[in-house]
Amino acid sequence: MSLLEIEDLVVHFDTDAGPVQAVDGVGLNVEAGEIIGLVGESGSGKSVTGLAILGLIRPPGRIVRGAVRFEGNDIVGMTEAQRRGYRGRRIALVPQSPRTSLNPVITVGEQIARLSRLHGGASRGDAMKRAISLMEQVGIPDAGAKARQYPHQLSGGTCQRIMVAMALTSEPRLLIADEPTTGLDVSIAARILDLLRDVCVRTGSSIILITHDLGVVAETCDRVAVMHGGQLVEAAAVRDLFRHPSHPYTRALVASIPRIDADIELMPIPGAVPSLLRPPPGCRYAGRCDLVMGRCRIARPPLVTIGAGHMAACFATGAP
Amino acid sequence: MSALLEVEDLAKYFPMKRLGGAGRIVRAVDGVSLTIGAGKTFGLIGESGCGKSTLGRCIMRVIEPSRGAVRVEGVDLAALSPANLRAMRRQVQMVFQDSTAALNPRMTVRRMVEEPLLLHSTFDRAERRDRIEHVLEQVGLGTDLADRYPHELSGGQKQRANIARAIVARPRLVVLDEPTSALDVSLRSRIVLLLERLREELDLAYLFISHDIATVKYLSERIAVMYLGVIVEQGSAREIIGNPRHPYTRALMSAVPIPDPDIRPNRFVLRGEVPDAAITVRGCRLLGRCPMAASVCTEAVPVREISPGHFVACHMV
Repeated sequence: MSLLEIEDLVVHFDTDAGPVQAVDGVGLNVEAGEIIGLVGESGSGKSVTGLAILGLIRPPGRIVRGAVRFEGNDIVGMTEAQRRGYRGRRIALVPQSPRTSLNPVITVGEQIARLSRLHGGASRGDAMKRAISLMEQVGIPDAGAKARQYPHQLSGGTCQRIMVAMALTSEPRLLIADEPTTGLDVSIAARILDLLRDVCVRTGSSIILITHDLGVVAETCDRVAVMHGGQLVEAAAVRDLFRHPSHPYTRALVASIPRIDADIELMPIPGAVPSLLRPPPGCRYAGRCDLVMGRCRIARPPLVTIGAGHMAACFATGAP
Repeated sequence: MSALLEVEDLAKYFPMKRLGGAGRIVRAVDGVSLTIGAGKTFGLIGESGCGKSTLGRCIMRVIEPSRGAVRVEGVDLAALSPANLRAMRRQVQMVFQDSTAALNPRMTVRRMVEEPLLLHSTFDRAERRDRIEHVLEQVGLGTDLADRYPHELSGGQKQRANIARAIVARPRLVVLDEPTSALDVSLRSRIVLLLERLREELDLAYLFISHDIATVKYLSERIAVMYLGVIVEQGSAREIIGNPRHPYTRALMSAVPIPDPDIRPNRFVLRGEVPDAAITVRGCRLLGRCPMAASVCTEAVPVREISPGHFVACHMV
């Protein structure tokens, strides 16, 4: 059994114009101790998938069908009270913007300590000691003094370390890191990624790293899942994905970013993510694809195995 | 190389007035010199708070520099009367990171793109209309979007409108302050290619300010690296990316994630974080963070040319 098994997940957001089909039939397993990258453009459904794992899809959003099994238990079918036993405890979130996620009028030490008391029922004094110890674990120097400071007194990098410390309070088995380095300077971002990898090794927990940055994926992840227009188009071990990208979207994504290690001709991805209000019936990439065939516009290509641990959903490059 | 823009010993100091900072001075830009040739792209990289945006704004004279000269085609902007400064401004335009904030929400695209022509040209109505439509075509907006308001445009379209407004009066230099940083991956590469095409078609020079080192490398001929108000290293893009010598540049380059799992750069790590910009330092500003630091680093740092066109401000190189 995998730590997390997502099966045929479909998430819609109801609007006056009809449902926006944000996630459409995503299936993905996360093993214990691995870091898996979830990549794609804005509107690919990667963050909504993350929210669904946390049991945080709220109206107008709804899970239409599918299962999200964590340690064998389906989060989709749980009551809110049952979900609270998981969220923040077994599965924790490291959000994108630490400054807006922290409470500006409470010291950061107190914010971490409150979580310890909530999750573990520790005394006030013990909770603060544990908060300081967690801050040391995530590499904050002079943690005792920093614990008494407010978010605005700390740098963006330190605030993000505080968010990681908060996520680690309950010793979760799975961390969902949603663009954890976006907006941080490169040298700070590199250290946050080092920290996440270190957490993974030290605690044996798994991480789902949601990002649009393929460099971050290559540097940090064991496996990658590529999403486009709410669908999973390719999943592979990180080396296989970069060495042998199969789906035309993955290839286009790799070719569209400037890089410092090579001189390449930039090739922007043509078109835009299709409207998910009335998405095209077949492959949602068909309208942007240079390998498009007639059947791509009619039928949805299934996700099939094209190599060891390597899956792709494309008629032109693999699917029967 | 004929110099289009020469910046000489430019500085901008901000006195701190509020809460506890009274009497202290932030040296946001502290003696920067650089030269940009006609039709060339000059990349300026550095992390938050290094002064790169302040430098861009001083060059535009959106804010007044504390000292130093900014010469466009040999004419010192600081010495110009307001009327002559306005005429000179036609030559230098700017594109900002926040494409929404940079557009007037109550003006249509057409009206906004027309504005620089009203200020800087003697075009009549028909000439203005022709130029606007031509420029919108050039930036890939299409004239059907000309009568829309900013809120009716996507992020990429807004940035194209900003670029159209910047180039409509045919400037020689455009200061681009993080023009692609707020855009999604697929849009980013399109704007990068658009900027490159416009530079060639219109013989523009760019000062491209960004923390996105890979994009700067893609566009720039020369690159300067800023840290706490000073340029620590400057050279051809190839040299700065491939042969960085200053410890700060080395740290920066080794932190850029590379989309290839088989390449793992040896991280060159500096201690701590960027300090408070209000501190006064004698000697090297990287002192205290630099693993190569020695006693000589407390003395004023000389700028040395270590190979033709490659300048490094470091005692230890």
